[in-house]
Amino acid sequence: MADVTLRKVVKRYDDVEAVRGIDLDIPDHEFVVLVGPSGCGKSTTLRMIAGLEDISDGDIMIGGDIVNDVPPKDRDIAMVFQNYALYPHMTVAENMSFGLRLKHYPKAEIKQRVTEAARMLDITELIDRKPKQLSGGQRQRVAMGRAIVRNPKVFLFDEPLSNLDAKLRVQMRIEIKKVHQKVRTTTVYVTHDQVEAMTLADRVVVMNNGRIEQVGPPNELYHKPATRFVASFIGSPAMNFVPCRLEDIGGTLHVRVTDTLAFPLPGVRASRYNSVSRDTKLLLGLRPEHVADAKFNSGAGVETFDATPDVIEPMGMETFVYFPLAGGQVCGRVNPAVDARAGAPLRLAVDLNHMHLLNEATGAVI
Amino acid sequence: MTSVTVIDKAAPTRKIKYGSISRDRAWALKWSYFFLVIFTFMSLVPPIYMLITSLKSSTEISAATNPWWVFHPTLENYSALLGSSQFLTFFRNSALVSIFVVIITMLISVPAAFALARMRFWGSATIATGIFLTYLIPDTLLFLPLFKMFATFSNWTGIELINHWYVLVIVYPTLTVPFCTWIMIGYFASIPKELDEAAIIDGASWFQTLTRIFIPVALPGLIAATIFAFTVSWAQFLYPMVFTTSTDQLVMPAGIITTLIKGDVFNWGQIMTGALLGAAPPLIIYAFLMDYYVAGLTAGATKG
Repeated sequence: MADVTLRKVVKRYDDVEAVRGIDLDIPDHEFVVLVGPSGCGKSTTLRMIAGLEDISDGDIMIGGDIVNDVPPKDRDIAMVFQNYALYPHMTVAENMSFGLRLKHYPKAEIKQRVTEAARMLDITELIDRKPKQLSGGQRQRVAMGRAIVRNPKVFLFDEPLSNLDAKLRVQMRIEIKKVHQKVRTTTVYVTHDQVEAMTLADRVVVMNNGRIEQVGPPNELYHKPATRFVASFIGSPAMNFVPCRLEDIGGTLHVRVTDTLAFPLPGVRASRYNSVSRDTKLLLGLRPEHVADAKFNSGAGVETFDATPDVIEPMGMETFVYFPLAGGQVCGRVNPAVDARAGAPLRLAVDLNHMHLLNEATGAVI
Repeated sequence: MTSVTVIDKAAPTRKIKYGSISRDRAWALKWSYFFLVIFTFMSLVPPIYMLITSLKSSTEISAATNPWWVFHPTLENYSALLGSSQFLTFFRNSALVSIFVVIITMLISVPAAFALARMRFWGSATIATGIFLTYLIPDTLLFLPLFKMFATFSNWTGIELINHWYVLVIVYPTLTVPFCTWIMIGYFASIPKELDEAAIIDGASWFQTLTRIFIPVALPGLIAATIFAFTVSWAQFLYPMVFTTSTDQLVMPAGIITTLIKGDVFNWGQIMTGALLGAAPPLIIYAFLMDYYVAGLTAGATKG
C-alpha cells in the first residue's frame, strides 16, 4: 500500500492539452474519486497513474518513488476496466490468478489468494466458469477479484459500473465500498456519475477541462462548492442558478431576483456579502431542497413567495416542482403531503441560510 | 340506438398482403436455392468427373462410351500411382513444403500482425497497407526477378537453391505472409484494447501478451490463416514448374503434369487419380476445421 502524488502532471496529444497541470496528493488507504464530464481528463489522469499513457510533463509518484518511466507491470497497481477486460479463454480462477502465475508465485499461495478473494466477492461457485457464462455483475466481481489477489499498492477503477444496469450499479457500489473497507488499499476511482463519487469517496476530485476544479470530502463539495461548475455538477437534481443582484432596502441587504421579488438576507449572509458591489451581476445558487413548500418550512432566514409550477415530478418520499423564475427554470423539492399541481399556484419557501452567491462573470462562489 | 356503418368510398382498394415478410423471405430463399444448386453443380462436376475417370482403365477412357458411367471399375490407376515411388516423392515434397511454409508464415505473420495492430509506432498503418499491396502483385510477375535473385545468390554463395524443393519454402511465403498478416491484423484489431492493457498491468510482457492472450483469443483467425497458407502452398502450380525440374524435387501439381503427360500422350486415368489424391489433404483439413475457418474469416470483419 502506498500514497500517490501527482505534481503538475500534463498530458498533451499533439497540440491538444487533455490534462493541464494537475497537483494531487492521495494519502495511503484513501479512496479518491475523480469525477467530471466526458473529456475532462479524468480517465487520462488514471491511465497516466497506471502507466498506460506517457505523461508529457510533471511527476507521478507512487509510494514516494517517481514512476514516470516505470512500466505498468512494475508499478504494483491493479486496474478494473469499464468493460471488465476478462480473458475470455480463461476460467474465473485463471483470470484472477493470471498476474500471480506470471510472477511465478507458489501454487499453494495462488490458490489461497484466489479462494480468499472469491469468498470476499461471493463468487466461489463461479470459479471454474468462463467469462461468457457470467452476468455483467459477476464479471465485474471477477475483474475486482483479479485486482484484489494481486494485493497491489494502488487500485485503479476506470468507470467500472457504467456497463451495469441501475439496480446492479447500486449493489456493486456497496460491494466496492465494502471491499475497500476490508483491504484498505489506496484507490483511485474514475466516474462521470456524481452519485457514485459522493457515495464512494473519502475525497472527491472534480475535474473540468483538464484541470481540477475542487478537491474535498463529498459533503464539503456539496455544501461549499468553490465554483459554479462544482455547484452544478454535484447534486441531483442540480443546483438552481437565478440571476440576481444585491440591493439595500430599508437598511437591510436584499438579494433582488426580479422587479417584484427580493429576499432579505439573514444577518450572517448579509455581513458576508456586504462588501460585494451592488452593480455586480450575480447568481443566486439554491439547491432544490432549499426551495421547499411554505407549509412545512419556516423559521429565520426562510422567505416565502408564490410560484406556479409547470411540471411536477412525484418521487414518493418527495415531490419535485419546476417553475419559471427570472427567465430560467427552478427546481424545488416539496413535501408530498403538499398538494402540488402543474398550473396551480403554490406557496414556496426559500431557505437563504443555505444560499450561495456566485459571480456571474467568473463563476466563483463568493 | 341504431348502429350506422360508414363506408368510406375513397378508401384504397389495394389488397393487403398478409404475411408479406414471410413471402419475401420465401422468394429470397427460392432464388438462393436456385443459384446454390447451379454453383454446387458447377463445382462438383469436375471432382465427380475426376473420380469417375480415375476408376476407369485406359482402354475404357479412350472408348467411345458414356463418359459419366464406369462400366468396368478398376483400381489400377490407384495401385499404379500409390505403388510408384515417384508419386510418393511428390507427395512427400508437397507435404514438407506445405508444412514448412505454414510454420514460417505463422512465425512471421502472427508477430507482424500483432505489432502492426497493437504496438503504436510511427508508420505502422502505412506498413500494414504496404503488406497488403504486396499481395496484389501476381506471381507471374514475381517469378522472373525471384529466379534471377536465386541465381545471383547461388553465384555469390555457391548454395544452389533452384531445382531443390526447399526453394519453394523460401518462395511461397511471398504469397502467404502478406495475406495471413492482413487476416491476423484484422483479427487482432477486433480484440478489445483493454484486454492487452489488463495483461500489461497484470505483468505480462508484449511477448506474453501475444502468446497467452492474443493467440488463444484469436485462435479461429489463426486457424483460418493456417488453412489459407496450407492451401496456397499445396496448390501452387507456377512456382514449382519454374523453380524445380528434377523428378525427385517436384511437388504434386508440377509432378503429375510433368511425369504423366509424355509428349502428347495424356495418361488421363492416372492424372485424374493423382489430382484426386492431391486434393485429399486440404479437403480433410477443411472438413475438420471448417467451423473455425468460417468464424475466422468473418469475426475479424466487425469490431465487437
